[in-house]
Parts: sequence; C-alpha cells; structure tokens
Amino acid sequence: MKKTLFDKIWDAHVVESIPAGPDILYIDKHLIHEVTSPQAFNELKERGISILRPKQIVATADHNTPTENQHLPIKDLLSRNQLKQLTKNCEDNNITLYGLGHPYNGIVHVMAPELGITQPGMTLVCGDSHTSTHGAFGTIAFGIGTSQVAQVFASQCLLVDKPKKLRVNVNGELRYGVLPKDVILYIISQLGTNSGTGYFCEYAGNVFEDMSMEGRMTVCNMSIEMGARGGLIAPDEVTFNYLEGKEFAPKGEDFEMMKIYWKTLKTEEGAKFDQEYFFDASDIEPMITYGTNPGMGIKLSDPIPKNTGKSDEKALEYMGFKEGESLIDKPINYIFIGSCTNSRIEDFRTAASYIKGKQKAANVNALIVPGSRQVAEQIKAEGLQLIFEEAGFSLRQPGCSACLAMNDDKIPAGEYCVSTSNRNFEGRQGQGSRTLLASPLTAAATAIAGKITNFTQNLN
Amino acid sequence: MEKFISLTDTAVPLEIENIDTDQIIPARFLKATDKEGFGENLFQDWRFDKAGNPNSEFNLNNKKYKGSILVAGNNFGCGSSREHAAWALKAYGFKVIISSYFADIFKGNSLNNGLLPLQVSPEFLKKIFTAINSNPSEKLHVDLENQLIKITSTEASEKFEIDPYKKNCMINGYDDIDFLVSRKEAIQKFEEKTFQF
Ligand code: SF4
Repeated sequence: MKKTLFDKIWDAHVVESIPAGPDILYIDKHLIHEVTSPQAFNELKERGISILRPKQIVATADHNTPTENQHLPIKDLLSRNQLKQLTKNCEDNNITLYGLGHPYNGIVHVMAPELGITQPGMTLVCGDSHTSTHGAFGTIAFGIGTSQVAQVFASQCLLVDKPKKLRVNVNGELRYGVLPKDVILYIISQLGTNSGTGYFCEYAGNVFEDMSMEGRMTVCNMSIEMGARGGLIAPDEVTFNYLEGKEFAPKGEDFEMMKIYWKTLKTEEGAKFDQEYFFDASDIEPMITYGTNPGMGIKLSDPIPKNTGKSDEKALEYMGFKEGESLIDKPINYIFIGSCTNSRIEDFRTAASYIKGKQKAANVNALIVPGSRQVAEQIKAEGLQLIFEEAGFSLRQPGCSACLAMNDDKIPAGEYCVSTSNRNFEGRQGQGSRTLLASPLTAAATAIAGKITNFTQNLN
Repeated sequence: MEKFISLTDTAVPLEIENIDTDQIIPARFLKATDKEGFGENLFQDWRFDKAGNPNSEFNLNNKKYKGSILVAGNNFGCGSSREHAAWALKAYGFKVIISSYFADIFKGNSLNNGLLPLQVSPEFLKKIFTAINSNPSEKLHVDLENQLIKITSTEASEKFEIDPYKKNCMINGYDDIDFLVSRKEAIQKFEEKTFQF
C-alpha cells in the first residue's frame, strides 16, 4: 500500500502494536515546561522509577514567566515556586534546561525549532497542545497530558492509537496582505473546531510549498484548533535551508546524509487519506474571529453570520456582538502580537513594515512579545525595536504572556483585544477579556487605526 | 488508579457545546506543582461572579442537580492539553462525563485518571438532557463491562465504544506507565536497531 508522509514516520517509530489496542510509539524528542511537568516528576518519584533517556529531553520556562524585569526574582510566589521546581527537577535528573534569562530561552514551540532541535522525520511530544507547530518540519509532533509526560519519562514511549489521516490542500495565488495566519483561520472557519478530531492533518499544495518555515509553523500550530492531534508539511529545500547551521542540527557530512533521508519523507502518489479537503487560495482574505472558539472566524469585511444555536448566542453575548453586524470600525483598546502562533522574526518584520513611520492610536495599548530571546535579539539587531518604540508600542521580554494570561499580561474584563494568538476562549487573555484572533498585519493595522479597519485598501 | 466497573447515579446537565479546558480550569490556577485542590476551582468563572458569589444560574450551583455524572454538549474538553481539567473534574467528584464528542487529548487525559469519557449519539444525548430536565433526580446507569448506558426511568439505552485496552485498564485499575515499564526490553531492542536522532 502507498504510504503517506505521516505513515512513513509513524511506522518507523512503532516498537510494538498491541493486538486490538494501541501502538507503543517511540519518542525521539520530549520538550517540557514548568506548568505541565511537575506532577509527572512527582509521579515517577512516588513510583521509584528513574527517567529513561534524559538526553532526549529539553526544558524551557515560558508559560508562567514575567515579560518585564526577567533578571529580578519573580514577584508571584506560586510562579516563582513552579520555576524553582522545574530547575530542581531538571538538575536532579540531568535534563538540559534553558531557563529564564538563558540566551536559548523562549516559548517551547519557538525556541526548539530555531535551535534545530526539531528535525524532519522525528517524533516529538510536549505537554502542550500547540506542539503541533513542529509538524512544519515534517515531524510527527503532538501535545500530551501530564500522565503521558510521565510515561515518556519512564519509557521514552507512548501508548497511542494511530490517528486517521486528513489532507488539506490549498492551491492558487494568495491575495496581497493575506498571511499564513489568515490561511489557517480560513480553513478552521470552513471546517469547524472538531473537524480534525481523531486525525493527523497533512497540509499540501503550492500555498504551503511557497511559505517560509515561520509561515508553516503558524499553520501547523493551529491544527489543534480544528481538533486534529497534529499537522505536518513535507520537508523540502525551504526546510533544509532553514535547518542548515542551526545549533543542534546535524553538521557537514551528517547533514548531507540526513538530507538524503529527509527527501524521502513525502506522501506517495496515490496514497489514501481518510478525509481530504480542497481550497482555492484566491478565496482567502484577511480573517478575524468574532466568537469564543477559533472556528468562529470571518473575512474582515464580512458581517457576523446569523447564529445557528444556543452556543453561538452565548458566544455573541459574551463578545458583545450582534449577528449580521460588521466588525469594521469597532473601537479596540488592546492589541497583542505574540504567542507560539505569531512571535517569530517574520511576524515582527511584517508588523514593523506596516507600522513604520506611523503612530499607534491614543486609545490603544499595544503589546509586542517576542517568542524567544533569539527573536528579541534579532528585533534589536534589525532595527525593528526602534520602529515599535517610535510608534508607541510596548516591546516586552519573551514568553507566552497575554496568550494565556498566567502572568501579569492580562486584558481587562470587557475589553477587546485583537490578538495574534490561537485561542479566543472566554477569559483566555484574562477574566472577562474578549479576544479577536487575527494576523500580525491585522493586529498592527488595528493598533494604528484604534479600531478594526479594512487595511488591505491601504497596502502598497 | 481506582477501578471503574459500573455506576448508577443522578447527573448534572451542562447543555453547552465546545466547553473548552480554559473554562473547566482557567489558566491562573495552573501554578500548582501537585494535583491537590483543583476541584474548588472547577468551572471557576462560570460558577462564581466577579465578586466571588456563586452564580445561581449555573447548574453546578443548582441544588436540583447532584451526582457524579456530568452531561455536556457536543465537543467537550477542546483546547489545551492541561490534564488539570481532568484532575479538577475528578476532584470535584465526577466519575463519568457524557457528551456526543470529546476532544482527543482530553479523552486520553480522562482515561489516564480513571474518569470515564462516555460518548453517546447526539440523539441519545438529547434524550438524556430531556430526561434530566423533566426530572432532576433521574438516574443514569453506566455499565462499562457491557459498554451500555441506560436512562433508568424509561429504560432507554445505548451501547458505547471504548478502546478495549483502555477498558481493561479502567476495569482493573492499571495504567499505561505500569504497562510501558514492563516493555522496557522491547524498547531497548528497538533503540538498538533503529536510527537515533
Ligand atoms: S504561547 Fe500560548 S498557546 Fe503557545 S505554548 Fe504558550 S500558552 Fe500555549
């Protein structure tokens, strides 16, 4: 039988298949962070089991970290304790930790790819649902719960049923001003938030082939928002060029050898998918969400659709919107450019190119949070910092920040935030906060206008 | 892990679709380093208003509804992978969650904690809601051995699916770590014969 990209990687990692049960899947890389690991370390300790392959684990601190004064002790006692616990757990178990302040520190899904830790053909897991991001490299990457973190600690394996396979094809030419974030928001708005449940999704078509690695990561990142365990894109020259020279990528001859293998990681012609969808790139416009799940998205210029049920009513009530109304010209007081979806250098370059020479509107609080220390350094080196500061944006230190509001970066109750993150759930950015998901360009344009605007007319 | 074989109890209805893990347990409660105390914060922002007073319209605060079964709308548990959601539901006292759809990671997390995610057809879910709405003391009977769920007053019942391996774990109170550690030799052999990144 012809194999898909997903089959090839999965099958190469099956240690054993339990009859009428799950597979024992071998995990090459395990990323951990402060929030979902402590109970797993405790679990192992209680059972007297040691960590099988500490060298295959990399830790960072990101979810719970402040974005100001990172050199000072963390004020919040519980947060400080959680980070202390991570440090101790890593020390006790010989696990590499890129903690707060380390040059490699950052959001787990930003720092691992940029260090070359994520490579094509791997299986990679992390106790975080947006682990799907790493699929951009042609990697089977998915989020796991804390019990599973403990399982990987104990055995470097997971017991998992092989998911079904889904392929989403987007071909054609994207319109000017349409970013990878718009492509994935469009796909989710068309398919719904549970269309991918039980599936692993391959993205194919010239739109993804033409995307940078940053763009592919944005797309794969949000696979989980349509319910899929993960998403992946076949590795190609774009992938290899990105990886070459990265800190932990293979070097020299090893790199060339790996490339030969990586080139075989493609879905064979005629391989079967359990489900397949096709979209035309020219149908996609800049997108924005109006509700409380990422599937509730519309084209910036479209009215909010007539609602279809109780849950939609509840969502609109929470958001303070009415069916049939347009979002254009809605005043917005907060924008956030950051999160593992859109906090890579390309995102900030795009935002800066729009902002350059302009001023944010007086009513707007504009928060810019790089995904990692490396991105933060690059923002400085490329002169983007100056552009942001001159325009009145607040540039912070890296971390998850207002994406999940575990630290002080919260959106006040009742306020709207145009955000480049991935979830618009009730209270996600702070109790009572109202999130509108969009691309970095839409967020930047909103900040300048002080309201939602159909900025595509002003692009040149 | 606790064993789960069967259960007959009243249920709490939450007729809301797409209940995400951020609602089940908001992120600000994820700073703990152990598994204690999450029950108090279950559905925090729906259970309490801003002043911290119980919201009487929310069914978990409605004295009419009690029991260790939660019945929820379609696509329960979507969103983050936080296992804290399963811990919070369990600590609050739920043993079974019924919905017409569960998000993957949540489903796995629940099973790993002896909390049964029981998927029924949309039609049967409607029947359950109707039964509880007309009589809050309606009892549901969950029989894991025979994979059957029954509304006791009307005897209406439906078969449900569960992975045979997971069913066995629930019934016997085993978990995946025990199993994986027992396969260590096979894992080491696999490592020897395959390429290591
Ligand atoms: S940025 Fe947001 S979505 Fe991404 S890992 Fe952090 S909290 Fe999760």
